[in-house]
Amino acid sequence: MARIIVLLKDIVDLTEMKVDPETRQPVTEGVKRRISELDKRALETAIQLKESGEGEVIALSMGGSGTRVALLAALAMGADAAYIINDEALAGVDALATSKVLKAAVEKIGDYDLIIGGEMTLDSLSAQVIPRLAELLDLPQVTYVKEIELGEGALRAVRDLEDVDEVVEVDLPAVVAVVREVNEPRIPSLMNIMKAKRKPTEEWDAEAVGLSAEEVKASSSVEILNVMAPKVDRKRIVIKADTVEDAAAQLAEAIVSEGVLER
Amino acid sequence: MAQNVLAFSEDRELLIQLLGKGKELADSLGGELNALLVGSNISDSGELAQYGSKKTLVADGPGFEHFSVEAYKAAFLKAVEASDPGIILIGATKRGKELAARVAAALDTGCMTECMTLEVDEEGNLVSERLTYAGSTIATEVSRRAPHIVTIPSRAFEAPEPGEGVGEIVTLDVSIPEPRVKVVERREKTKGDVDLEGAPIIVSAGRGFKAKEDLKILEELAEVLGAKVGCSRPISADMGWMDDWIGISGRKVSPKLYLACGISGTIQHAAGIRNSQILVAINEDENANIHEISDYSIVGDLYTVLPALIKALKEKLG
Ligand SMILES: Cc1cc2nc3c(=O)[nH]c(=O)nc-3n(C[C@H](O)[C@H](O)[C@H](O)COP(=O)(O)OP(=O)(O)OC[C@H]3O[C@@H](n4cnc5c(N)ncnc54)[C@H](O)[C@@H]3O)c2cc1C
Repeated sequence: MARIIVLLKDIVDLTEMKVDPETRQPVTEGVKRRISELDKRALETAIQLKESGEGEVIALSMGGSGTRVALLAALAMGADAAYIINDEALAGVDALATSKVLKAAVEKIGDYDLIIGGEMTLDSLSAQVIPRLAELLDLPQVTYVKEIELGEGALRAVRDLEDVDEVVEVDLPAVVAVVREVNEPRIPSLMNIMKAKRKPTEEWDAEAVGLSAEEVKASSSVEILNVMAPKVDRKRIVIKADTVEDAAAQLAEAIVSEGVLER
Repeated sequence: MAQNVLAFSEDRELLIQLLGKGKELADSLGGELNALLVGSNISDSGELAQYGSKKTLVADGPGFEHFSVEAYKAAFLKAVEASDPGIILIGATKRGKELAARVAAALDTGCMTECMTLEVDEEGNLVSERLTYAGSTIATEVSRRAPHIVTIPSRAFEAPEPGEGVGEIVTLDVSIPEPRVKVVERREKTKGDVDLEGAPIIVSAGRGFKAKEDLKILEELAEVLGAKVGCSRPISADMGWMDDWIGISGRKVSPKLYLACGISGTIQHAAGIRNSQILVAINEDENANIHEISDYSIVGDLYTVLPALIKALKEKLG
């Protein structure tokens, strides 16, 4: 029986997020929040592992006031319980501080065989939390996983690296990060969505996991100064002509005169 | 305060790019540039002095033949002890990124991932620009505590020309921990014959294409232009018509000419083509975002525009 902790982060729905054309800043207010794509695949992985044997899937998230709603989706997909660390004093902390909090939380949950998450969350793209957690817990890390199976007290996985696929075996407990190729997350049935509301959810602040929010915050050392969409510096010439042939001829002329075809 | 810089990448080309930037940083901080090499039977450690490495720290042994994050971390911590860096630059390969995060955690310090620019501010903090929100935005971030660790992708900084530099080679004595992750098999990947990242001309297909056979029109255009063929994510990930896609979660390309056909130009796709010199779009929807981010575009049906364009180009190019 495997006890699996899945790390999830809720982020703004990136397909709905717009950029303010004046300020070039992303507009995140009022945009629906969802579980970050790769984290959702990590959850699907955990649920499949549970289904192929016996076990328990525990969703863990450090988030804000909207996280509870986002995590309902995790419970509907098949997580058995959810824990949320929601502490205003921790807003905006970096990956270092986040992993300290998550470490304390998984230790409080305790008795786990596997910790699993996405390679990175798509808002920060930092890809640090999983390896950091492995270091803090002194556990082996298996990153870039695209296939995984659990055996007796061990796991076997295929890692997707640039030049090779690496097949690895490691004893549990271990920390795993999955990539996009690992699976397609399921869409929960209406019945499971209803059931999700009755599953246990607990909310903790820093103190509840034995940390001082001030200390954690003080250890955070990377800060985001600003976030902006890049300036688009293009000619934006829309070719208009009476016939397709004319338009194509004008485009061909433009491409040739730009000199980009020369070798 | 003088700060040393330590550079590492298991990818030699990338390491040399890091040394170029590292030298600039070390010079401006009055510190020393050092490099770390990890491997088995390393024969060319002397080479790095030409790129400004004062001390080339070498961890050599059979246990380092293949990359293992725990073994390489052990070597890294020794190198940190031996060279006292204020700034640590690590190549942002997949292995480099997991190593950087693990080393950062071991040193209890911050890390900035895949930095495109790097600068030291007045207070001696390290400031970088990096992509966030799935590649649609650029975040400016500051690291306030040394050692500052950053990972740097390929081609963010230019490789320096080799010079006359002299340096020393320092052998590190690393005790490698018993590996906990056992590699039972390594399957070499067959490199697809399309090397999109280095291609000077790319023509690319989006969901405007209705059937796989229709890609023939694009292949014909590619032939006329001497171009490689790429696509948006749905064409590859959903339809399975091609192996690789372009964009934030796929290949990032920087051709002289990028021609997007039937691609709407979502932020995720745009993030992968931003560095194209000239961007051309063919899309029937005049409100499609791709027109906003292109140099030239035609609002029209690709099924009629492409054959006409092929004909026109053939005439022009002879
Ligand atoms: C986390 C995340 C990561 C992603 N990463 C990537 C990525 O790396 N790369 C990527 O490409 N996508 C990525 N996507 C997907 C992305 O959001 C879009 O779904 C995708 O880019 C759309 O592809 P498209 O432009 O081909 O299709 P669509 O958006 O459907 O656009 C098709 C376009 O074709 C035009 N068209 C239709 N018929 C014709 C015709 N006959 N002639 C001319 N024009 C025609 C339409 O006007 C339309 O603009 C990602 C999404 C997420 C959530």
